[in-house]
Amino acid sequence: MNSVANTLADPTPGGDALPAKLRIKNLKFFYGATLALKGIDLNLYDKHVTAFIGPSGCGKSTLLRVLNRMYDLYPNQRAEGQVLLDGDNLLDPRLDINLLRARVGMVFQKPTPFPMTIYENIAFGIRLYEKLPKSEMDGRVETALKGAALWNEVKDKLHTSGLGLSGGQQQRLCIARTVAIKPEVILFDEPCSALDPISTAKVEELIDELSATYTIAIVTHNMQQAARVSDYTAFMYLGELIEFGPTNAIFTSPKNQRTQEYITGRFG
Amino acid sequence: MDAKYARRRHTNTVAMTLCWGAALFGISWLAFILVALLWNGVAGLNIAVFTEVTPGPGSTGGGLLNAIVGSLIMTTIGVAIGTPIGMLAGTYMAEYGRYAKLTKVVRFINDILLSAPSIIIGLFIYEAVVVPLGHFSALAGSLALAVIVIPVVVRTTEDMLLLVPNTLREASIALGMPRAYMIMRVAYSAARAGIVTGVLLAIARASGETAPLLFTALSSPFLSLDLGKEMANLPVIINNFAGSPYENWRQLAWTGALLITLAVLTLSVGARVLTRQGAQK
Amino acid sequence: MTDHIAKAYDRDLEALGRKIAEMGGIAEKMLADAIDALVNLDADLGRATAAVDQRLDTLQREVEEAAILTIARRQPMAVDLREIVAAIRVSGDLERVGDLAKNIARRAVRLAHEPRLPRAMIGLRHMGELAALHLKEVLDAYAQRDIDAAREVWLRDQELDSLDDSVFRDLLTFMMEDPRNITFCTHLLFCSKNIERVGDHATNIAETVHYLVTGENMPLDRPKGGQSTIDGGEPLP
Repeated sequence: MNSVANTLADPTPGGDALPAKLRIKNLKFFYGATLALKGIDLNLYDKHVTAFIGPSGCGKSTLLRVLNRMYDLYPNQRAEGQVLLDGDNLLDPRLDINLLRARVGMVFQKPTPFPMTIYENIAFGIRLYEKLPKSEMDGRVETALKGAALWNEVKDKLHTSGLGLSGGQQQRLCIARTVAIKPEVILFDEPCSALDPISTAKVEELIDELSATYTIAIVTHNMQQAARVSDYTAFMYLGELIEFGPTNAIFTSPKNQRTQEYITGRFG
Repeated sequence: MDAKYARRRHTNTVAMTLCWGAALFGISWLAFILVALLWNGVAGLNIAVFTEVTPGPGSTGGGLLNAIVGSLIMTTIGVAIGTPIGMLAGTYMAEYGRYAKLTKVVRFINDILLSAPSIIIGLFIYEAVVVPLGHFSALAGSLALAVIVIPVVVRTTEDMLLLVPNTLREASIALGMPRAYMIMRVAYSAARAGIVTGVLLAIARASGETAPLLFTALSSPFLSLDLGKEMANLPVIINNFAGSPYENWRQLAWTGALLITLAVLTLSVGARVLTRQGAQK
Repeated sequence: MTDHIAKAYDRDLEALGRKIAEMGGIAEKMLADAIDALVNLDADLGRATAAVDQRLDTLQREVEEAAILTIARRQPMAVDLREIVAAIRVSGDLERVGDLAKNIARRAVRLAHEPRLPRAMIGLRHMGELAALHLKEVLDAYAQRDIDAAREVWLRDQELDSLDDSVFRDLLTFMMEDPRNITFCTHLLFCSKNIERVGDHATNIAETVHYLVTGENMPLDRPKGGQSTIDGGEPLP
C-alpha cells in the first residue's frame, strides 16, 4: 500500500512529522499458512492515540497482538518484518520478551482482574520488576489507582477481591495494573465492548488523560469511539492497511472508497 | 392444528412419566443401599470399633482400628504420591503442551487409566512391586492407590486449567510475567477450587478401592505401621469379613462399609461445596 | 456509492433530499414571480408570491428536524455527515432566498399604486433573471453533486455584484433628476440589494456543494466584483 504514505496529511501545523514511538515496517503475520497481515507499514506517534478500525477479521487485533508478541503463546503463529520500539526491533528473537512486555502494556476486551485482592492485582505486577518496601508499595498502588480514576471507589476495600468490582471498575483496575509498571506504549483491544455507556465514558476519559504520558493504540468496533478518543485512525481490511490519517480527516472526508463505505455503514 | 397439539402434549406426558420412572427406579436402589447400610452398620457402631483391632476367628468382639489406621496411612501416601504427579502432568497438558501431540497421547492413555478396572492396577503393582520384593507390603498398596489417584487428578487439573480463561493468561503475560510464574500465581489460583475438588474426589475413589489392595497390601490382623509389611485396610477387611461364618465379623464388615461410605460422602459433599464456591467467584 | 446496510438510513436521507428539492423549486418560483410582479407592477401576483413564503419556512423547519433526528439516531460519518450538514445549510439558504423574494414581492405591491419610471426596471429585470439562473444552476449542481457546475456559479457571482452597482448608479441618477422619484427608487434600491443577496446565497450553496463532495471548504475569499460607489470600499450589507 504505497498510497497510504501519501494519504497521511501533514499532522502538525508546523509541517514537521511527529516523532514516531513505534515504527511498523512491512509487517506480515501468519496463522499457520494463512497470511493475516499482508505487509503493514505504519507509525504510532509518541504520546498520541491511534485507533484501528475495520470489520471483524481485518487483522486489527492481530496487529495489536504482534506489538507485544502475545502471539508467542501460540504455536504456528509467526510474524515477519520489523516493529521498532524506539529503534529496538520487537520481533528480534534475542530480545528479552518479558522486558519488552513491561514496556508495552495491554488492556483486553474483557476485564481480566487476577483472582486476588485489588491491592495485590496492582502490587503483583510491580513486584515483577521492583522490590519495594511496604510503604512505598502502598504509594505506588495508590498512584496507579488514582491514575485509573478508581481510587475513590476502592480505597476502602483495597483488600477485597478484585473480582467483586463491577465490569467498568474491573476494566479500570486492569488499566491501573498496566499503568503501575510504567510502560511506554499501552495497547487497548476493544476495551469498552463489554461495558455500559457510563463506564465506557470513564474509560474514554481515562484514555484521553493517559495519552499525555503514553503512546496508545486502540482497537475498536465502535467508530464513534475511535472518532472521540483518537488522534490518528487506521482503517484495515483483509489484512491490509487501507487508509491511515488524522482522525478528523478520516471521519469527515476519507480518501478511500472502502473507508468511506465502512465508516458510513455501507459495507458489503 | 389442535389435534396435533393434543398429540404433542400426550407424547410429552408419556415421555415425562418414563423419565420420572427411570429416575425414581435408580434413586430408590441407591436409597435402599444407604438405608440397609445405615440399618446394619449403625447397630455395630461402638467405641470398640475405633479402639480394638480385628478379632481372630472364633473370638468375640473386636474392632477395626488396624483397618482404619491402615486405610488412612495408605490413602494418605497414595494421594501424596499421586497428586503432585497428576497435577504436574495436568499442568503440562493444559499449559505448556496444550497443542502438542504428546498431550493428546497422554490424555488418551489417561482416559483409559481412568476407566480401567482397578483389579488390573492391583495386578500391575503385584507384578511390578510385590513379586520382585517377594512379599506384600503397605508400600505396594500405597503405590497402587497412587496409580488410582493420578488419572483423576490429571483429568481434573487439566480440565480446570483449561477452564481458566485465556484472557487471564494473556493479561498476566502482557504484564511481562514469566510463564511459570503466571501458572503458579494466576492460573492455579483461578483453578484452585476445581483442582482441590479433583483431589478430594481422587481420595474418595482411592479410599474405597478393594481390588488394588487385595494384591498388594493384603491385610493383617495386627495394628502395623510398617510400610514394608502387609497392612490391614477397610476395603479388604470388609471383603474378607462379609462372607465369613462369624456373626461379629459380618457385623464389623457392615460397620466398616458404613464408615467408608460416610467418608466418601463427606468428601464428595465437600468437593461439591468447593466447586460451587469456585463457580460463584 | 452503495446503499447503507440499514435501509431506513437511505430512506431518511432520500426524504431529506426530496424536501430540499421541493424547497428549491418553491424558492426558484418565488424569485421569478417576485421579479415579474415587480417589473410588471402586478400587485396580485406580489401578494400571492409573498403568501407562499410560509410553505418554505415550514419546509425548512422540517428539514432541520429531520436532519437533527438523523444525526441523533445514526451518528452519521464522512459523506453522510456532510450530506446532512449540507442539507441544513442549503435549506437555510433557500429559506433566506424565500424571505428576500417575499420582500421584493411586497415592495411590488406597494409600488403598484404609484407606477413611475418603467426604464428603471430594465436593469432590475436583468439582475433578477441572472439571479434566478444562478439559483437554478446551483440547485442543479447540488442535485447532481457537480462541483464544476457549482464552481461556475461561484465564480459568476461577480456579474450580479457589478449589475447591482450599475443599478445603484442608475437609481441614484433618477433620484437626483427628480426628488419625487426618491420613494420609488429607494424601494427599487432595496429590491436590487435583495436580488444581489440571492446571488450570495447561490454562492453559499455552491460552497456547500464543494464541501459536500470533497470534504474540504472552498477558499474564504470568494469573488467580489462590484464595489459600491457610496464608500468605494466594502460592499454594503
